[in-house]
Amino acid sequence: MSSIQDIQDEIVSEFEILGDDKESTIFYIMELGASLAPFPENERKEENIIKGCQSKVWLIADEQDGKINYKADSNTDITKGLISLLLRVLNNRKPEEIMKAELDFVSRIGMGSIIGSQRSNGFASMIKQIKLYALAFQTKQNV
Amino acid sequence: MSLNIDQIRGLFPVLHQEVHGKPLIYLDNAATTQKPQSVLDALSTYYSQDNSNIHRGAHALADRATRYYEATREAVREFINAKESAEIIFTKGTTESINLVAQTFGRKFIGKDDEIIISTLEHHSNIVPWQMLCEEKGAVLKIIPITESGEIIFEEFQKLLSPKTKLVSIVHASNALGTINPVKKIIDAAHQIGAKVLLDGAQSTSHLEIDVQDLDCDFLAFSAHKLYGPTGLGVLYGKREILEAMPPFLGGGEMIKEVTFEKTTYNDIPFKFEAGTPNIADVIAFKTSLDFIKSLGKKNIKMHEDDLLSYSNELLTSIKGFIPVGTAKEKVCVLSFNIKDMHPFDVGVMLDANGIAVRTGHHCTQPLMKRLGLEGTVRASFAVYNTRNEIEKLAESVAKIARIKNK
Repeated sequence: MSSIQDIQDEIVSEFEILGDDKESTIFYIMELGASLAPFPENERKEENIIKGCQSKVWLIADEQDGKINYKADSNTDITKGLISLLLRVLNNRKPEEIMKAELDFVSRIGMGSIIGSQRSNGFASMIKQIKLYALAFQTKQNV
Repeated sequence: MSLNIDQIRGLFPVLHQEVHGKPLIYLDNAATTQKPQSVLDALSTYYSQDNSNIHRGAHALADRATRYYEATREAVREFINAKESAEIIFTKGTTESINLVAQTFGRKFIGKDDEIIISTLEHHSNIVPWQMLCEEKGAVLKIIPITESGEIIFEEFQKLLSPKTKLVSIVHASNALGTINPVKKIIDAAHQIGAKVLLDGAQSTSHLEIDVQDLDCDFLAFSAHKLYGPTGLGVLYGKREILEAMPPFLGGGEMIKEVTFEKTTYNDIPFKFEAGTPNIADVIAFKTSLDFIKSLGKKNIKMHEDDLLSYSNELLTSIKGFIPVGTAKEKVCVLSFNIKDMHPFDVGVMLDANGIAVRTGHHCTQPLMKRLGLEGTVRASFAVYNTRNEIEKLAESVAKIARIKNK
C-alpha cells in the first residue's frame, strides 16, 4: 500500500493538471464525490453527523485487522468529493498512522480558495473527527 | 426616465474586476450593496480634512464635523419623510435598531402575557430580540403564517390581533424571498386595537418609496450598507412621543443632560439614544449615498430592478430542474431558487467559479426555510447597477449547472 505521502503527492499532481480553472476543479471534486462508497442508510442518524460543517456530513468507522475503515457521506456533492479525497489518503491504515498524518495536500492544492473559508473550517472538523476515531481505536487496542 | 446603467456602473470601482478569471457579476445585493466612488471619497475626505469629535468641540473642525453629521440626519429624515430629524437615531444597523426597541420600549411597555406578533418571513434579527424579551417578561410571541408562495395570510394576522397585542414587528420586504408585505394594511389593523408597529425596512428602503408619515408606522429600522452606504451604520426612526416615553438604551456620554453621583437626567431625543462617540465618518458618508439614490430617483431604480427581476424569471424558469422559491405577486428584486437534486451550497460554489456572486443557505431565516421544507436556497438579488447582460450570464451558468443532475 502506498504511503500517506505518496497518495497526497498523487492528489496534488492530479489537481495540477486542472490548473487554475476553478470550474473544472469543482466539477472534478464533484465527480470524485460520486465515486464514494455507499453509506449504510441506518447509520444516517444525528449522532453520526460531524459538528462544525455547514453541510451535513455523516462519518462512521470500524476496525479490521488493526486498521480503520471509514465510511462517510454528505448532502452536498462538493463535500462528498472532499471526503473522498480524505478517505483515499487515510482509509485502511493503523490508528497511529492516521493520528500522525500531516495532511499537506490540503494547502498544496489550494483548498482554501477552492471551497472558501467557511467550508475550510468544516473540512478541518472532518479531519479532526477522523483523527478522534483513530485515537479511540488506538486506546481500545491498547487496553 | 430610463437610467444610463453603463454610466452608473462607472461610479462603482469594485464592479470592475475579475474573480476566478471571469468578470465579476455581483448579485448579492440583499446582503450588501457596493459603494459608489462618492461615498468612498466622503469617507476619505472626512478623515483627511474634518476628523474631530462632534457636538461639544469648541473649534472649527468639530463644528464642521457636527454640521455634516447633522446634515445626514436631515437627509435621512427627508429620505423617509419623517416629521422631524429628532426622530432619526443612528445605530450600528437594523439589528441594533430592533434590539434598541426591544430593550427600551419592550422592557417598559411589554409585560407578562402581553403579545408580540411577527411573521414567518422574519430574519433572525426580528425574531431573537423578541424571544429574549418574551423570556424575560413572560410575554408571548405570535407568528403570522404564510402561503406556499411566500405571502402572509392577512386573515390569520387579523385573528392573532387582540387587546393583549402590544407590538407588531414585521418585515417590509423579505430578504430570503423578496415578498413585499401589505404593511399599510397591517399597520392600520394593528393601530385599531392600539398596538404599535415596527417595520424592518432593511430590504425595502433601497427599492421602495418610504413615507413613514403616510405608512404611520411607529418604528422603522434599516441599514446604510444596503443603501449603497457604509457598513456598521443603521437607522431607527421612531415617532417623537414614543421615543420620548422610552427609557435610554446605553448609558454614557452624549446621552445625558446632567450627571451627579446621586442622579442623572437624560438628553433629549435623538441624543438620548446615541451614547458615546458615534460612527461619525460613516454617518457623514451616508449622506452621499442618499444623494446618489436621490439623483437617480427611486421610481427609476424600481423600474430598472423590476425589469431585471422579470427578465430573470423569464430566462430561468425554462431551465430544466429550476425551482423558484417565493413567487409572491409583489416582490423586490430577489430571485430565490433551488436546482432539483442539487444542494444550494454546491450551486453557489459553481456560480462563484463563473464569477457570479450569490448567497446560498438559510439567509438567517431558518423558521421560514423549515416552513417551506427547505434546507436553504440560492439567492440572486439585484441592484441598480446590474444589467440584462448579467442576467443572461446568470441564466447560462445556472443552465450549465442544472444539466449536471437534470439531463
